[in-house]
Amino acid sequence: MRRASFLPRLTYGSATGMLVLAAIIAVPFADLSISAVHPGAEFRRLLAGILSPNFSAIELWSVVWTVAFAVLGIAAGGTAGLVLALFFDRSPLVRFVAASLRSVHELFWALFLMQITGLSSTTGILAIALPYAGIFAKVFAEIFEEADRSAEHVLPHRTAALSRFAFARFPVVAQQLKTYTLYRLECAMRSTLVLGFVGLPTIGFHLESYFKEAHYSEATALLLCFYVLIGTRRLWARASTLPLLVIASLFVLPETTGSGSTWNNVARFFGHDIIPVPLRSGSLGHGDTWTAFGSWAWRITVHQIGPGTIETLILAQIALIAAGAFALLLYPMVSRRFLGQIGHYLGRAMLVVVRSTPEYMLAYLLLQLMGPSMLPAIIALSLHNGAIIAYLLGRQTDQLVLRIDAPKGPNLYFYQTTPTLYGQFLAYMLYRWELILRESTIFGILGIKTLGYYVDAAISELRIDTAALLLVGVAVLSMSVDAFSRNLRRRLRIEALPVRLSADDGADSARVTGALTGPAHVQQPVV
Amino acid sequence: MAVAITLDKVSAGYNGAPVLHDITLSIDSGERVAIIGRSGAGKSTLLNTIYRRYREHAALIPQASALVANLSVFHNVFMGCLDRHSTFYNLRTLVWPPAAEIAAVTRVLEAVGLEEKLFVKAGELSGGQQQRTSVARAILNGRPIVLGDEPVSALDRVQGGDVLRVLSARHETKILAMHDIRLALEHCDRVVLLEGGRIILDEPSSHVSYERLLPHFEGELQ
Repeated sequence: MRRASFLPRLTYGSATGMLVLAAIIAVPFADLSISAVHPGAEFRRLLAGILSPNFSAIELWSVVWTVAFAVLGIAAGGTAGLVLALFFDRSPLVRFVAASLRSVHELFWALFLMQITGLSSTTGILAIALPYAGIFAKVFAEIFEEADRSAEHVLPHRTAALSRFAFARFPVVAQQLKTYTLYRLECAMRSTLVLGFVGLPTIGFHLESYFKEAHYSEATALLLCFYVLIGTRRLWARASTLPLLVIASLFVLPETTGSGSTWNNVARFFGHDIIPVPLRSGSLGHGDTWTAFGSWAWRITVHQIGPGTIETLILAQIALIAAGAFALLLYPMVSRRFLGQIGHYLGRAMLVVVRSTPEYMLAYLLLQLMGPSMLPAIIALSLHNGAIIAYLLGRQTDQLVLRIDAPKGPNLYFYQTTPTLYGQFLAYMLYRWELILRESTIFGILGIKTLGYYVDAAISELRIDTAALLLVGVAVLSMSVDAFSRNLRRRLRIEALPVRLSADDGADSARVTGALTGPAHVQQPVV
Repeated sequence: MAVAITLDKVSAGYNGAPVLHDITLSIDSGERVAIIGRSGAGKSTLLNTIYRRYREHAALIPQASALVANLSVFHNVFMGCLDRHSTFYNLRTLVWPPAAEIAAVTRVLEAVGLEEKLFVKAGELSGGQQQRTSVARAILNGRPIVLGDEPVSALDRVQGGDVLRVLSARHETKILAMHDIRLALEHCDRVVLLEGGRIILDEPSSHVSYERLLPHFEGELQ
């Protein structure tokens, strides 16, 4: 504990100060220029396009495939995640596998999988299923851990493990698992949309070409179609329709325009491509081989992982603080306490738009409009994450119990709601940090020189071994920031506060009843 | 199978805070024992201690009914005999209950007067109905010792008496934590009074009277 005395004591104020300071230090190193020649004119064309959507541009099959990839990705990832979750607390290996799976973004998985399964359905489904399995494993494990186990305690001695699970553990949390899985389906549709930007035949594929050719009317129609799909999710995606959706999805998958036999590709990928160049030719018993390997790894670390990591951190840090500032500014607008019923409706509308607009697409669009620099990425990240945090804060504000003579307007904001919710605000920020970092990494594919830039370059030059090493760097960075954020949340004593957007499904999960621990007992939602 | 229970100077507690001190107790097969005492005296801890040591031979009726709300009464009761069937049979019963099991569970439910709720979700039952489901689960479990932690606290005296008679008929040995002294004296042959985690009285029911026990419950409703 002596070491702690050298550090400034961690308070809400000092934690905020450090995060803001880091962002201020990062600003001079960030390229914030607008290089497009006529950004104003381009924006006007975008606005005109938004106001005149052209619905004939909607390609029905791309919509079907977007849903199909998402449904099958969720089905596979959810099943794998459930199995992993059962061993999560017992096995460090399972925890490591889950952490690795989710630390690599679905776009990177897609780029890698294309080397093996080409531009196929398998690539699309696995690119969702693999990272989502890692996420499901962690969240499901948390749900199981927090579940009421009293019914299990009463089971007869020597009841077999599977019976124990099927009768006394699974049914207790089934409702929560279902709610979370269906929420994730929404995220998976956003992910499949983004996979279209790298070539899979989803809505994103057409969006990308329309954006590139500045056909904004067509792009708007596609986006509106996607919003409707997400907005009506509760109508068509339910526990009862899920089996049907899975079977139907299997039947409508696009035909593979693959490259040769998958097995040959697997053999080539693991037997050659992914093995570091110096190890492919040299003899493994020879010292020189390992010296060459060492200098290969060192070169990549110094010239790619190092600069890529710094650029990623700079982008993430500025975006995080911008998102936070935006959220604090915006949350009164979506709160009933400040704007009454208008605030309530604004909040709902914002939630739908924010939930269904992928940051990657937003960044892509802004890059088209403003020219390549870090600025579009910062704007995309801070709009998306800021709006989510604002929505969550606004909802929390409406749930606060205030005294009858509570102040109004600015006084309410500065003296009551903001100080009361500041710990919660920091919890959201620190949780979002890792998500912003993940997105920052893949924005490299759009040309910003974060880690993803180097991964994308290596894959397009078929230097798969380099790409694999880079991904290890990506995973280490993402896990480190996650660990650091957890540590901060613990030291600020805000680790128990809710952070996930899916808690919004509280309307559903309030009806959740776990094992009964007494008459008229209502279990709190924990998702 | 006759199983006797012996505790020799057993202490127990939660998170380092002692609840039971040096409990020495032996209960013979066939006895009907009521454990009484104020709330916080250590009744539940004593029952749980016995359950942990003799779970091979005991069925538990916990204080909170501990049902799975999303499953039907049938499935909650069937849980009492999961150890007697193969995993495959259990999973099959979860999805498609065999007629024989429905009949067996219905018989047990008839004993506690809940047969008409067979396929109602446990979460939709009233407190008293949940408690009777929990009792039915222990009856179907069928182990010789039944450990009941306030098993009839949510029932009225008549219903409670009926349920206690059923428990006596179906289980060889009956150990019940109870707060209703009259019901305890009426349905058990032996009374163990706990106070502050110690046994301060252990006598046949015929030797103690309601009036003699009452001072130990001062301040609590009887």
